This record gives sequence, C-alpha cells and structure tokens, in this order.
Amino acid sequence: MLNATTAEHTERKALRINPAKTCQPIGALYAALGIHKCLPHSHGSQGCCAYHRSQLTRHFKEPVMATTSSFTEGASVFGGLSNMTQALTNIFGIYQPDVVAVHTTCLSEVIGDDIPMMFKKFREDGKLPEGAQLIHANTPSFKGSHVTGFANMTAAMARYLSERSGEVRDQLNLIPGYLDPADMREVKRLATEIGARFVMFPDTSDVLDTPQVGRFEMYPKGGATVAQIRSAGDSFATLGLGFWASEAAAKELESKCEVPYEMGELPIGLGATDAFVDAIRRLAAKSVPANIERERGQLIDLMSDMSQYLHRKRVAVFGDPDHVIPLVRFLVELDMRPAYVVTGTPGKAFEENVRQLLGPAGADAKVKAYEDLFSLHQWMKAEPVDLLIGNTYGKYIARAEGNLPFVRFGFPILDRVAHRYFPTVGYRGAMRLIAAMTDALLDQKDRECPEEFFELVQ
Amino acid sequence: MSDTPRNPVPDPAVVREEMLKAYPAKTRKKREKQIVLNDPDAPPQIGANTRTIPGIITQRGCTYAGCRGVVIGPIYDIVHITHGPVGCGYYSWLTRRNLARPEEGQTNFMQYCMNTDMQEDEIIFGGEKKLAAAIREAYALFKPKAISIYATCPIGLIGDDIHTVARQAKEELGINVFAFSCEGYKGVSQSAGHHIANNGVFKNIVGLDDTPDSGEYRINILGEYNIGGDAFEIEELLRKCGITCTATLSGNVSYDQIARCHTADLNCVMCHRSINYMAEMMETKYGIPWIKVNFIGAESTAKSLRKIAAYFGDKALIDRVERVIAQEMLALKATVEEVRPRCEGKLAALFVGGSRAHHYQDLFKELGMQIVSAGYEFAHRDDYEGRDVLPTIKVDADSRNIEELDVEADPQRFKARRSPEQLEALQAGGFTFSDYEGMMREMDRRALVIDDISHHEMDQLIALYRPSIVCCGIKEKYIVEKMGVPCKQLHSYDYGGPYAVFTGAANFYREIDRMVNTRVWSMIMPPWQKQPELGARPVFTPKPRRSREEASPATRGRAVRPVPTETATTN
Repeated sequence: MLNATTAEHTERKALRINPAKTCQPIGALYAALGIHKCLPHSHGSQGCCAYHRSQLTRHFKEPVMATTSSFTEGASVFGGLSNMTQALTNIFGIYQPDVVAVHTTCLSEVIGDDIPMMFKKFREDGKLPEGAQLIHANTPSFKGSHVTGFANMTAAMARYLSERSGEVRDQLNLIPGYLDPADMREVKRLATEIGARFVMFPDTSDVLDTPQVGRFEMYPKGGATVAQIRSAGDSFATLGLGFWASEAAAKELESKCEVPYEMGELPIGLGATDAFVDAIRRLAAKSVPANIERERGQLIDLMSDMSQYLHRKRVAVFGDPDHVIPLVRFLVELDMRPAYVVTGTPGKAFEENVRQLLGPAGADAKVKAYEDLFSLHQWMKAEPVDLLIGNTYGKYIARAEGNLPFVRFGFPILDRVAHRYFPTVGYRGAMRLIAAMTDALLDQKDRECPEEFFELVQ
Repeated sequence: MSDTPRNPVPDPAVVREEMLKAYPAKTRKKREKQIVLNDPDAPPQIGANTRTIPGIITQRGCTYAGCRGVVIGPIYDIVHITHGPVGCGYYSWLTRRNLARPEEGQTNFMQYCMNTDMQEDEIIFGGEKKLAAAIREAYALFKPKAISIYATCPIGLIGDDIHTVARQAKEELGINVFAFSCEGYKGVSQSAGHHIANNGVFKNIVGLDDTPDSGEYRINILGEYNIGGDAFEIEELLRKCGITCTATLSGNVSYDQIARCHTADLNCVMCHRSINYMAEMMETKYGIPWIKVNFIGAESTAKSLRKIAAYFGDKALIDRVERVIAQEMLALKATVEEVRPRCEGKLAALFVGGSRAHHYQDLFKELGMQIVSAGYEFAHRDDYEGRDVLPTIKVDADSRNIEELDVEADPQRFKARRSPEQLEALQAGGFTFSDYEGMMREMDRRALVIDDISHHEMDQLIALYRPSIVCCGIKEKYIVEKMGVPCKQLHSYDYGGPYAVFTGAANFYREIDRMVNTRVWSMIMPPWQKQPELGARPVFTPKPRRSREEASPATRGRAVRPVPTETATTN
C-alpha cells in the first residue's frame, strides 16, 4: 500500500501528489442542488459534468441531476454560445426547472465565454419561460478548490436572486457552508429549537437524502425556494457558517441588500457549536431552550467519560478549511494533540487560524494549506500519530501505516454510509465524532492487544 | 417492481414515441436516429458516435476519461501525470476498479494521483515549465521505468507542447516519457480517448522488448480492464488450459508486458470499441491476427476458448480446453439450476459502455431473462450493426480530428502467424478473423436499441416496461433505484465481481438473483398505506378466566404480528 512513499520529505514545486482538494465546479454543482427545482448546468466538456455527478453520487448514494453544454472541438474554437443556447432550450423543454444554475469550467473560462451575455441573448430572444431564473458563477478549476466553487455559487444565489424590498423581515439568513444534508438538517433543527425565524440557502436536505418511496422525483421537495432566497434581501441579518464557503454570499447580501452579517465556524465540536447557538440566540433574541442545554450537557458528560481514551492522542487531520478549523478546536477541547493539519485549499488564513487554536502547546505541529496527502503521509511516516481523520482517501494511508485508527470525516466519503444520515455538527454531532474516534481507537486495541489485556469492559 | 405483472410487454414502437415526444424538434430529429427497433437478420442503421446534444442528461464522459481513465490508467508500474488543473486527475484517482497484483519488486503507482495542479498564472503564461519540473520531481521521488503525461482541456487551448516536454524529459532522464493529447473536448465521448490511447501505447510501448514468453500458446487479451478481478479469472482459466497470456490491455498489466506483447501469436479482443485500433495496428505491423472473444457468460466463454484452441489447431490443446470446459460447466450447473427458476422470464435492460451492454446479455439469457432494450454509451455503428458496415460509416469532423496512425509491416519483426493453408482451412471451417458481428444480431426482433440513452428516455423506459433490473453506471444507479427497480452497475460492478468466465458467471447469477428477488423492494409501502381505512379504538372485552397452567407463553400478553412481506405489494 502506497509503497513508493518514504519518510524523507522533499519540497515539491510543481507536482501535486494525492490532492486534498478538487476543482471548483463540483462545489458549484453541489451548492446549486440546494435550490429547490434547480438544475445545475456545467458549461464545458461533458466529462466535467460526468465526473462531478459520479463523485457526488458516490458520496451521497443519491441521484445527482445536472446537464452539460457538451463542448466539442468546434465549440472550443468558436465559443460556447450555440451550445449554451441549445442546452437551455433543451433543459427548459424537457426538464422544466425553475432555476438553471450555470457554472463555468476551465475550458469555458480559458476561451472567455461571457455567461451573462449568453443569458441576456436567451432572454431577449424570448426563449426563457415565464418565471424561470438563470444564475451563474465563474468557477475556473485553476483557482481555489471545490470549497471556493461552492462559495461562488452560493454568492451567485444572493447576487442573482436576493432582493431588497425596503421592508425588513423578522428573519435571519443562514448560510450553512459546504455541509452534508444531514448536517444542514441539524443546523436547521438547532435554529428552529432556539426559536429563530430564518431562511437558509443552499439547503440540500430533502434533496440528497430522499426516502425510497418507489418514485423518482427529478426535483425533490427540499432546497431553498427562489422566493426564500429573494426574501433573504429583507432579512435583518445574515449568519454565515464557515469563512471559505459562506462569507462570499454573506458579503454579497450586505453589499447588494444592506443586510449586515456575522461569520462563525461550522458548528463542529463543543466550542464552535456553543458559538453558533449563542449567535442564533443573540441575533434572534431568544433564550436557549432546555433541550439544547441538555444536549450540551450530554456532550460534556461524554467528553469526561471518554477522556481517558482520547487524552494526549496525536492526531493527523486533513480536509476542507471550514471543517478542519472547528475540528481542530474540538480536538484541543478533548485534550488531544493535532500533530499534522492539512488542507488542499489555498489560503494562509487557514494556517494562522489553526496555529492560534493550537497555541504554544502545539508549536511543533505541522499546519499547511495548499498541501497534499503525499506530504501528510511522509510526515506521518517520519513521526507517527495515533489517529487519522479525513475523507475516504485517508484509508490508503491508514492501511499503509499498519491499519492506523482512521475516522472518516468531510468530503468525499465514498465507502461508508453514516455521513448520509447522521450529522457531525451540533452537540449531537460532536457526540458522534467522539463515538467514531473512540470506536476506532478501541477497535485497534481489541484487535492488537495481547490476549491477557483483552477486556470486556472499557 | 420485480413482482408487478407486466404481460404483455409494451409495443416498443409506442415506447419509442413516448420517449421522443417530449423533445424540441431539433433534438427529436437527432434522437430519432439513435433509437431503433431491432432486426437481428438485417440490423437497421443506428445513429452512433455522434455529438451529444447539449442540455441532455447524458451518460457520456470525455476523451481524457477514455484515455487516462480507461485504457492507460491500469498500467500499474508507471507514473501517470495529468497536466492541468486539479480536478481531472483527482476524479480519475482510484475511481475505476482496475485491480492489480504487481509482480514481485514492482510498485503499484495506481494508488497515486499525480498532476500539475495548474494555477491561473500557468494558464496565462503557459504550463510547459511546470510540467517539465513535475516530471523531474516525479523521477527524483519514484525512479519509475516510464512516465506518461495526459492533457486536460486547457492544455490544448493554451498551446502547451506536451510532446516536446516529454521528448526532452526522455532525453534528460533516460527513461521512456510520452504524452497523450487527450483534451476532454476532443471527439464526442470517451471513445476518442480510447483511440488516442491506443495510438500512444502502440507508438511508445508496444515492441520495445522482443523477448517472448515461454509458453507454447501465447495470446494477448485486448480490451479487458480487470474490473473486480475479471482479468485474474481469465488468466487463471487460460492457465488451466495451458494458454499463456502475455499481456492484458489494460488490466493487471505491467509496462514490460505491454513492451513484449507483440511477441504473442494471437490477439483476443474483448471490448471491441476501446481496443480494435490496437488489434488492427498490431496485425499490420507484426502479423498477429485478432479474433473477437467474450469471456462474459458461460456459453460465450466456452465458445471463446474453443476458438482460441481451434486457432492453434493442436489436438492436445483442443482436448485440454474441452476437459476444462466440461469441468467448469459441471461446477456451474448447480448454481444455474438453483437460480434460474427465480429469474426466468424477468425483464432486463442494459445501457453501458461500448461492449458490456452486449456481453452481459449472455449472462441474463443464461438465467432465462429477456432483454427488452439495450444500448451503448459511446460505441460506434460497427459495435451495433457489425464490422461489415465499416466501409459505409461516414467519418465526420469530430472523428477526423483524431489521428489515424499510418502503420506498415515491420520489415524485421512482421511474421505471419499462420500459413496461408492453415488460414484457409480455418476459414473453411467457419473460423472468422477480424470480425465482430455487433450487438444487434444477437438481440430479439423489435428489442429497443438506444444509443447514448438520455435520462428522460431511461425514465420512460422504466415507467413503461417496468423491468426487473436495469444495468448502467453510477450516475444512473440511484435514479433507477428510486423508481423501485434494482440497478446493477456494469462499470464498477457495484464493487462486487469478478463476473468473467465460469467462476465469475456463478457470482453474477447469484448477484442478479439477489437483486431481483431481495425483499427490500417489497417493503417500500408502509402497512398503513396498504390498508388505509381508519381503525376503531380497541375495546376491552373480558375473557373467560383460565388457570395459569393452561395459558401457553405464546398466548400470554398482547401479540403484535408483523405484516408478512412475501405478500406485500408496492404499487
């Protein structure tokens, strides 16, 4: 397993090996699925759309619907206007969405296709059905990562759809970040229990976690409606979760509709969830209900119960910045020692943020943005850890390192199912993370300890 | 639903019209040519290998996927570098199940995704320098025997000359470095990528080592990708028969095996679509004839083995092959007899690839199932109608952009593998070389043949036929299953397999049995929807007193009986 990886780490300037990120369009496609009755459209070669649909399907095990402009060599030379026009005609004719959310690809960006001009022409030619909406985001793959693609499409929702009518509504905007549907559902549950009135977009719950009822719905009941996103311009404030994925949309709402915003971390772990709950309570002027305080207390209870198994364990973490930052915070709360912290997404702020969380005690930790899993693995070979946390690709490293305890967390998870229904956000999500970490560590002990130390009770 | 009565099967002409009628005029005109009613005696012309219609939800991928992902990706012991932004390399990283058992001392580089992760500056100012540096870094880290470079969409547009970079690296490093201009926008589907890959492998690897393997009967398997271990099974079966497989292109294969694969005496083509170019070029240059084989399905496997044995014409081999077939068939018999009654008469439809939608029909037929519809994702007319239509296929602009190598007989190494007399005797006995009859000749009359099926067409097909199973790929899998119909992925095998040869056939029979008969599909409707009438509140009625001894434990307390699932229906 990964036999060519050695402990000797050399700096690379050109070669990316085993990336910890992917390209912008997949994030844009995923975000667009969080609008009700929206068909995401990939303006480029059909391979992009095929790859993104495949990868998202492997992660969610759900239908992922999207169309493509199916560029050929001719379109790449002459521009994609004709492909876009034909695509939109077919999309509205056959699939009848309320919204088409176009994202660009390297190809259409390099040839400089002007999407708003194409929309304008389509509209002026009278081809846009009454009430239908076209939105777009520029998501070249040679910038940012899947996370910024998500951010760009989310900002496009605000830019195209949110409006300020002049009347301020008693509702809060929630921008949930690059979360799984189960996590989005949990964010909504917490906000609802606190009693906040809110609109949340994008919202992929009830889109990518639909029940089996023997019937396929091209547009499931979930997703933020155009009316909801429009009304976001009248909300009294925006709470964005995750700086990388959500700040662009929060800013857009501020500049376009004068809705003030606050940013917070994704509510992963104790401190970040506390901050989230507190922000909702404060912004919505409600008090935190007993239910939520009970959940918090249960989490603290679990943290103390399992402390002995987690205390001072060395951990390697990789994933998307918005996920990794609060996770590191949580690991520190659990007295664990994050030794390597990696994201593939560029951004020095990530390193500063994590360093701050680790404090002087974590001064030896390696913290890198725009880094890959090959480097991470090399560091782990040089100085091992007790636990690895990251997406499915981590399983190769875990196996290469003697079946190192490994917890799947983040995007994508291609080989296990729990993420589809069980959140990792909120207090209950934090409990699930503790269960996953202690299971992994105790399973290893049960597998490997001498028989005389194999114990019934832990 | 698997147990929904479906007699009679709907008229395919009506189904076709239902599929087409939702389309805008221009789209309809094009799709009409790609949906035909079959005639096995005289297959009608089908539109294939034409452009995908923008805005249609298609199964197809791109040229890069066909080249890097399908044909070259499985060469396990060389370093593959994707030149471009991060995505394309990322998505082709371990997502195709090309299993490999590296030879002793060899490294499996398939676990590594290497790419140049191009950033905006490199798009503006050119990425050649970064590519050259990436090759050097890869060499310094891994010292591989060869490095292969793949272009993504922006590379062709910004004009990076990857072939010159590769040539310079080859000179500098002293190892084989070669590149593929497989930009995603080329061609109309993955198919163009297969062709580009065939050309590159042929030019840059095949023929580098003239040392033949030691076996007496040496063949190559072409167009076999070792999904779920199929190639392992094929190699094992051939070994039992005393046949040596020099190389499998491309599955469980090393660079060295491909370098010497021109020393084999016969090319056996599994996936005609993706590899026929290689078979043709090897025949022209080295004199190796090719035959079409199919190791999917017990009957087809037996037929293919017999054909290989007949080609070599050696009585000892022919007898050995017959013994192996008899043994394997006997071992399979019990499984078929057990499974077939549970599957017989059920309907299936297959939409995948460039040969799988054909090959897998054999397995369904062995279970007595009926194929109501099938089609390929990226095939050409010859894969549907047979190679005899090749001269009549018009080469359009998209295909013309893909290089056709000018191949000639190698003055030193061309060697006719069979004498003219041997060939004549073989052909007199009905043996055919360089032939593929296509899918349609083996399908039922009036079965619906659909090229590049769209989501809308699939939706209609399932609604109208209610097949017991549909075979396609990951993108369609959960759409089909949301309709309450099981979907078998024939790209990834749903992470199961192997399904090739006799041993694999047994796996497939059991898998199909599971899928069409699993209880889960009968549980979709909750009991309260089956009997929606409102219940009356229970009223306590005193029962005559019995002594404690009389009451058995089963009748003590209130018993809640589950609804029996066997009798449940879902619509």
